[in-house]
Amino acid sequence: MTSGAPDSGRRPMLEIRNLSVSVQDKMILDGLSLNANAGDVAAIMGPNGSGKSTLAYVIAGKPGYEVVSGEIIFDGENILDLEPNERALKGVFLAFQYPTEIPGVGAMTFLKAALNAQRRARGESDLTTPDFMRRVREAAQALKIEQEMLRRPLNVGFSGGEKKRFEVLQMALLAPRVGILDETDSGLDIDALRIVAEGINALRDPDRVFLVITHYQRLLDHIRPDVVHVMAKGRIVATGGPELALALERDGYRDYAEEAA
Amino acid sequence: MAADQETVERVRSIDVEAYKYGFVSPIESDKAPKGLNEETVRFISSKKEEPEWLLEWRLEAFRRWLTMDEPKWARVSHPPIDYQDIYYFAAPKSAPAPKSLDEVDPELLRTYAKLGIPLVEQEILAGVERPKVAVDAVFDSVSVATTFKAELAKAGVIFCSFSEAVRNHPDLVRRYLGSVVPPTDNFYATLNSAVFSDGSFVYVPPGVRCPMELSTYFRINERNTGQFERTLIIADKGSYVSYLEGCTAPKRDENQLHAAVVELIALDDAEIKYSTVQNWYPGDAQGRGGIYNFVTKRGDCRGPRSKISWTQVETGSAITWKYPSCILRGEASRGEFYSIAISNGHQQVDSGTKMIHLGRNTTSRIISKGVAAGKSQNTYRGQVSAHRLATGARNFTNCDSLLIGQECGAHTVPYIEAKNASAVIEHEATTSKVSEEQMFYCLQRGLSAEEATALIVNGFVRDVLQQLPMEFAVEAQKLITISLEGSVG
Repeated sequence: MTSGAPDSGRRPMLEIRNLSVSVQDKMILDGLSLNANAGDVAAIMGPNGSGKSTLAYVIAGKPGYEVVSGEIIFDGENILDLEPNERALKGVFLAFQYPTEIPGVGAMTFLKAALNAQRRARGESDLTTPDFMRRVREAAQALKIEQEMLRRPLNVGFSGGEKKRFEVLQMALLAPRVGILDETDSGLDIDALRIVAEGINALRDPDRVFLVITHYQRLLDHIRPDVVHVMAKGRIVATGGPELALALERDGYRDYAEEAA
Repeated sequence: MAADQETVERVRSIDVEAYKYGFVSPIESDKAPKGLNEETVRFISSKKEEPEWLLEWRLEAFRRWLTMDEPKWARVSHPPIDYQDIYYFAAPKSAPAPKSLDEVDPELLRTYAKLGIPLVEQEILAGVERPKVAVDAVFDSVSVATTFKAELAKAGVIFCSFSEAVRNHPDLVRRYLGSVVPPTDNFYATLNSAVFSDGSFVYVPPGVRCPMELSTYFRINERNTGQFERTLIIADKGSYVSYLEGCTAPKRDENQLHAAVVELIALDDAEIKYSTVQNWYPGDAQGRGGIYNFVTKRGDCRGPRSKISWTQVETGSAITWKYPSCILRGEASRGEFYSIAISNGHQQVDSGTKMIHLGRNTTSRIISKGVAAGKSQNTYRGQVSAHRLATGARNFTNCDSLLIGQECGAHTVPYIEAKNASAVIEHEATTSKVSEEQMFYCLQRGLSAEEATALIVNGFVRDVLQQLPMEFAVEAQKLITISLEGSVG
């Protein structure tokens, strides 16, 4: 585990520099800067409307967001000009807050298509069906996902908790280098929260970065962050260790909201 | 299912620009002179050595046709068709009724090989896992080879070219020809009745379950040759048959006319399942060329408890005008229509079905999935009617349309008539777009825009794909993906 490692000598994997983003002429991110070192789990906390989900979408390349200025440097390359799938193939993964339903497309079919698309991009051959099935079974077991759920169409009729678990399952199988978790804890009961957190902890890796977006401390009880960033009004207003999250839990965001204004 | 993935893989290996089946086979053909008059009709009939009654039948249709006008109600438009500028008959010169596959022009066999038709009997027999499929291949106008005849004959099933049926089973032909689609039915069907060249004939005797899927591949090869097939399928009491029809045509600059007629007759307790995968040349990116597909397909559930099921996957043709229908005459008979119609580029599709409930307790089910992309127009037009004596008639209709992009259109035009108060007719329709959210979700996982579209569309049409026989389903999935190429980005 990297959480105890000293900061010195660790290389930045993801650098966001002075990022300003508007949606329909409304500035949502306003000169945001943030660095994440390889191996880091960074929590991003902040009140509603502070721009957390926008940050997640902009890193992943969702259309509809106008980048006014700034850069997102991943492994030394500005990824802002890349298509969303090109970013995904470089290892950017977003666990959605509200995963989309795709009727008629089996969850397994989707998993296989995604996995093989990424393998091909790396010049690897497609997985054989038995190999694929084995990997899915193992990963699903760890997340207590029933096989029956995987036979359903993608996210259709999934409960809130099932959707979130399926996001983490995809992340486990795709093994990204940047994992962005957008309020993955919302809608989870306490048992599901622990299962999901364990799933994420198992993916901690010296060559991987996590951005964990959350409102609440409770997820961070299970996923201990290396860094906590506080976001308000479209920028990072405070950065600290795990104790910062605890302080937020106690005092709320009011101080920071005022500070940003 | 891995099939979606397979679809994507196959597409990778295909040149996007080139219509895959756009090759022309250099085979000499024996043509009737261009144009249409009584002489043309007589020429065709005499070429085929038809009996007098059939010539008269054709001539009557021709005279009737002269008094008719093209139907104008469909949501399609095209420049006027010069019916005198078409060859009405073209038979491959080198293929006079071959006795076996050895006698068939090797060029023909190569053409079929390119199309992937398992025509060579030995190959089919050798393919252990492959379910048996008997193929009656229609090359332009003449059926050149029929496989598995012997095995079918053992079961008493007649599966042959239409011309052969006229020669060898004239009573059956005379009894049923035109009994579902009368020669006066509509402009194109009447034209077909006058000049039809060949097609397939199937008769399944009472109580027989046809031991294999029957399959026909149509292919328009000759330049300026209208293709006018005539298919007649009769399932006698208590019998069952599944029939597959696949259509391709080479790439041409000019438009080619295709006006087929298919008649199905199901007697008491009989069942006919008719599946079509149509991928005729749709024209180029500017909308030039492509097939005009004006087809009349109708099934008659003549006996009690009979069943006719149409499944179609339409991806090709510049214009599709096609309404496979069921006349539900027999008590408790059932009609089904499952359709996937995909349009891209400048294609125009006006397709749907008619379920005519005449008998008591008749039921029907319609599931239609239209996908429009590019600048195409895709219309579902369906009629469900319950007549006065159709007590207890029930219909369920579900019509879904999916739009890809900003310039295409999807239209749903249902006609519903109930003359019997006990009839229950349900109609559900939805129109949706491939949402930005769905696309982004797929892209975020590493799929390309085309892979994502194929995946989403295949999901959208899945209910209908499942109705197709396994082998056809894979082909259909591949075609759906090919036909949507260039629709995104």
